[in-house]
Amino acid sequence: MHSSITIVGASLAGVRAAEALRSEGFEGVIKLIGDEAHVPYDRPPLSKSFLEGAMTSERLSLLTKEKITELELQIRTGSKASKLDIDSQTFEIEGEVEGFDALVIATGARARKLPNTEKIKGIHTLRSLDDSIEIRDSFKSGNPKVVVVGGGFIGCEVAATASAFGIEVTIVESQDVPLSHVLGEEAGRVISKLHTDNGVQLKCGVEVQEFKGENQVEGVLLKDGTLLEADVVIVGIGATPNTEWLEDSGLTIENGVCCDQTCLAAPNIVAAGDVARWDHRGYGKSIRLEHWDNAAEQGKHAALRLLQKDSEALPYAPIPWFWSDQFDRKIQLAGISSPGDDFEVIVDSPEEGRYTAIYGNEGRLKAVLGINRPRHVMQFKSLMEEEASWKEALDFAKGIG
Amino acid sequence: MRVVVDFDLCESNAICMQIAPDIFEVRDDDFLYVLDETPSEDRRSNLEESVQRCPKQAISIEE
Ligand SMILES: Cc1cc2nc3c(=O)[nH]c(=O)nc-3n(C[C@H](O)[C@H](O)[C@H](O)COP(=O)(O)OP(=O)(O)OC[C@H]3O[C@@H](n4cnc5c(N)ncnc54)[C@H](O)[C@@H]3O)c2cc1C
Ligand code: SF4
Repeated sequence: MHSSITIVGASLAGVRAAEALRSEGFEGVIKLIGDEAHVPYDRPPLSKSFLEGAMTSERLSLLTKEKITELELQIRTGSKASKLDIDSQTFEIEGEVEGFDALVIATGARARKLPNTEKIKGIHTLRSLDDSIEIRDSFKSGNPKVVVVGGGFIGCEVAATASAFGIEVTIVESQDVPLSHVLGEEAGRVISKLHTDNGVQLKCGVEVQEFKGENQVEGVLLKDGTLLEADVVIVGIGATPNTEWLEDSGLTIENGVCCDQTCLAAPNIVAAGDVARWDHRGYGKSIRLEHWDNAAEQGKHAALRLLQKDSEALPYAPIPWFWSDQFDRKIQLAGISSPGDDFEVIVDSPEEGRYTAIYGNEGRLKAVLGINRPRHVMQFKSLMEEEASWKEALDFAKGIG
Repeated sequence: MRVVVDFDLCESNAICMQIAPDIFEVRDDDFLYVLDETPSEDRRSNLEESVQRCPKQAISIEE
């Protein structure tokens, strides 16, 4: 049994790892190290209610003072880990070498940036509490024109929140239909329509050529020659796993820290959350997710893995699930859809804003999308857990449609 | 033990229903109903999982 466990990355996966260790009865030292100044906080509201101003930063907190005491955590914020070495079981922190018995890697991901945008004021990415506060302040000053680059989930949420402020906002998306790489074209169009119905401008199938403005952004020039005026730009073009501190560590890094089916990256080292890529037994391949529910669950699974013998370790093979809130719609996807999947709309009721669709492949149910239909999403998610066939899913759909 | 849901926080995403369908139900009207407010002790681990998995931290257990 380890006498101490070190968790690097003090966010959702890291906090859930610490909680799981204590509820499993681990009595050793738990160190939780994070490079942000804040105590751990929850990210999903940063593009939704917190950005809108409907939620305080206290409510974002993932750990209260009482909880830190109760869990007996040695928590260290504002400290960046670097230079992991798995042979000597050490890493560096603020120039000092720190050893560990067992390690949870939970360093998450950061927002990808466009080159040469760092120095221009008014161009933002959104990952941290501070990012969200800055963007909110800029939404509130004057009546800014906002351009969102990238029509992914975070981009779409920011656009929806901006338009709730009554702000003029345009989404620039390189695909022909936003979100079509995740949801397919047909469902992507349903989301696009939601945005245009609410006054958001969409510019699709075109990329950004350059930003106008020396110190402060003034416009966005697109490759088709369109010039969009802009006082605020939010770039939402995906995230990159934070693995730089693991280079030359001896671990395998391939767009994430590679782990086995049980979340083990090396002896005494596990990874969880947005930074982890692991062999998912159910899908027969390695995947990396950037979903809240996964970070929470994998944090727990990975931490407990450190307390188990190799022979008793269980594979981590959940059906992925995430949600996104845009305007008054709750969008949820469970499972993994792929281009070319069979696609069946089960409910389409625009007056109520409700929509359910399922995706299938090779005779299997692969995913379910729900818009304001959480009950259906969870019902089909349960079917996926039972490895239901496409036919069984269609039969089930007849009963609820 | 007693199940308490803060309905101001709950967003009816039905995660808890999937974990403990005998305690939670999101009905066709998209509202969450607590079917069993005082579940028996053998339901504790499922209930604790619902508390943890709720993305809104809307569920708590009162002893
Ligand atoms: C704006 C926004 C909205 C979102 N909305 C949703 C949603 O609606 N639904 C959903 O399912 N998911 C959503 N997500 C995704 C979800 O928040 C993430 O999946 C989750 O935060 C991942 O948690 P994590 O602990 O793995 O990583 P992170 O939350 O990225 O945390 C990693 C932490 O490690 C720190 N760190 C990195 N490197 C080091 C180092 N070398 N040393 C020390 N510390 C380090 C980072 O600063 C950070 O604090 C959203 C994310 C964002 C940004
Ligand atoms: S998991 Fe939480 S938010 Fe979802 S329905 Fe249950 S109580 Fe409500």
